[in-house]
Amino acid sequence: MLDAARGGSCSLRPRDPFFTVERRYVERTAVLETDFTTDSGSVRLIDLMPIDDGGRSLRPMREVLRAIEGMAGTVEIELRLDVRPDYARRSLRPRRRGRLGWTCLWGDEVLVVHTDIALQREGDALVGTVTLGAGERRYLSLAYTKGDPAVLPPLGRHAEERIADTIAWWRDWTGRCQYTGPYRDEVVRSAVTLKLLTYTLSGAIVAAPTTSLPEAIGKGRNWDYRYCWLRDAGLTTEALLATGYREEALSFLGWMLHATRLSWPELQVMYDVFGRTRLDEKELTHLAGYAASRPVRIGNDAYRQRQLDIYGEVVTAACAALAGNGRLDRESARMLTGLGDVVCRQWYESDCSIWEVRGPLRHYTFSKVMCWATLDGLLKLHDDGALVLPTAKVELFGRERAAIEQAIEQRGFNAALGSYTSVLDGDKVDASLLLMGCIGYKDAGDPRMRSTYDLIHQRLGRNGLLNRYERFDGIAGVEGAFGICGFWAIDNLAKRGDLDAAERRFRHMLSFANDLGLYAEEIDIASGAALGNFPQAFTHVGLINAAVAIERART
Amino acid sequence: MNLAYAALWGLLATVAMTMVLRASQGFGWSRLSLPLLVGTFFTSQRDRAVVWGYLLYAIGGWLFAFVYFLLFDSVGIHTWWFGALAGLVHGVFLLVSVLPLLPFIHPRMASEYHGVTAERQLEPPGFMAVNYGYGTPLTTLAAQTVYGAVLGAFVQLAN
Repeated sequence: MLDAARGGSCSLRPRDPFFTVERRYVERTAVLETDFTTDSGSVRLIDLMPIDDGGRSLRPMREVLRAIEGMAGTVEIELRLDVRPDYARRSLRPRRRGRLGWTCLWGDEVLVVHTDIALQREGDALVGTVTLGAGERRYLSLAYTKGDPAVLPPLGRHAEERIADTIAWWRDWTGRCQYTGPYRDEVVRSAVTLKLLTYTLSGAIVAAPTTSLPEAIGKGRNWDYRYCWLRDAGLTTEALLATGYREEALSFLGWMLHATRLSWPELQVMYDVFGRTRLDEKELTHLAGYAASRPVRIGNDAYRQRQLDIYGEVVTAACAALAGNGRLDRESARMLTGLGDVVCRQWYESDCSIWEVRGPLRHYTFSKVMCWATLDGLLKLHDDGALVLPTAKVELFGRERAAIEQAIEQRGFNAALGSYTSVLDGDKVDASLLLMGCIGYKDAGDPRMRSTYDLIHQRLGRNGLLNRYERFDGIAGVEGAFGICGFWAIDNLAKRGDLDAAERRFRHMLSFANDLGLYAEEIDIASGAALGNFPQAFTHVGLINAAVAIERART
Repeated sequence: MNLAYAALWGLLATVAMTMVLRASQGFGWSRLSLPLLVGTFFTSQRDRAVVWGYLLYAIGGWLFAFVYFLLFDSVGIHTWWFGALAGLVHGVFLLVSVLPLLPFIHPRMASEYHGVTAERQLEPPGFMAVNYGYGTPLTTLAAQTVYGAVLGAFVQLAN
């Protein structure tokens, strides 16, 4: 995707270039089915990552399994595999390993290519063709191992068992979804996507699995999203809990409290799935970029930024996950209280905002709101008995919460515009202000929220979608509408009781999903095409929370 | 030679060798995991195989120390460098003879001749164990050399 010539690829498709494609997920699973139809017949390709059984057998650490089956007529299939590890910075020549298939070895990592399609080397690529009649199946297993002897998964009926086990596992998992309202299929698809974006070993959820898919074609808006943003924490936890995935929510919270120990009591904007804090940005100048959109970046310098809203995100997540579940353990209580102390010291300082604006620091209204949410959440935990705060601390948090609220209401609301503004004493809006009605700072039906909603739509709305802000952020290119902002608007509408409008907008937003029900971070306003890294956890979190808000408003 | 001390040094030599092998894995120089290969002789459960493998491998290394002591006495050389040399030869033997034979005796190891089956799925080491990374011969030789050197140093001190 990032370089058609130098980047790697794995294609398994009809050799005849004139074919039509139709694809879908096997219902309530993450197993993908793709039907290819040519003049001579049709085939079905099944793609999955077999579920690991938790070390109970010798399955590979990670495997991508592809099965292709003739459906009608005969179709000549071509398999082409070009492995380019380390962002295509290494050259690699596959080694034939007799009946074990082929191995691609670099450093202490190995990719074993095992297939019942005869392959041969063509340059550094492996290629093979086979003609499939109706009912005939072939398999391709790509098994990756790092640091250990590889495990080579068998094909044939054993591959079929792995496919069946994986479908059964996903059906069991999606069967536990407790959301029963409208648009259930879309909510389940979003929950499955969040699960796919979760690093099982730590519980961390990455923003997206890709880097440098451009937010504006041909411009510099290409970022690495393979990290965990604390910004997403509160709403993600809320979405997981609302759909009944408490274990995943607690696991995510556990990762957050663990990962943030390295920088506590200060928090960093983002961490990697292992909790590492140095995420220095580099440009891969040898790659052409998606649709010639350079540069391709790995790492993300946004980790150096200062965002005050993240304290509120972590505390909000803890409040949601721990609501009604007794007392916090001593270490977690100490950590959360420490976040409150930081907020008391820093809430009146400037930051980069939830949108990670690269440029001078400003006093963003939403950052203040989340500082308020930090202290409000801690005081609620104290009131519920989950957290015991000393009296002096209760007084301090209460006093600072009131001071923040006063600043927001006096300087974050522009009476002339009748709207909250992006920065204190400002005259512009940004879509994060909609969250004030979602997180409980203000009732979505409050006159100030209603008028803010209206101004945001007037200034940021295009084609039923919302841009995130109206300010030029110093980076070339015009970005698309932000998917999650559209869902925040729906959340506001539902919470203030405008159900018809909420559902109408929700259906409109659904029309921008791709054929599999997936969203990127942004949507091109003119064409409706996906922009940015894909699929994007935050957008799917927004979809779930908006659907839940609609359902709750209905009942 | 005091038997208890010999047992203690046998254990220390095994620990040193295991540390070198584990460090090689940790630093990404090799994917060879002798404990995993040993453990999977007895169970197909990866997590249990690693635990049992470490235990059996440690016991094996410990007992093998007495073969080294026998060797030192038989030739009458009790020095660290002779121990290191013995370890090096031991390592070469392991790499060129023992590990390549594993697919024929290991119940869960696949082979390039017979392919993969439901029972045999572990990647075979190949000649000099290079299938587990091109650094594997060197790290294996280093580990065996350290093992022999520690034992040789002990007998040198003890005599």
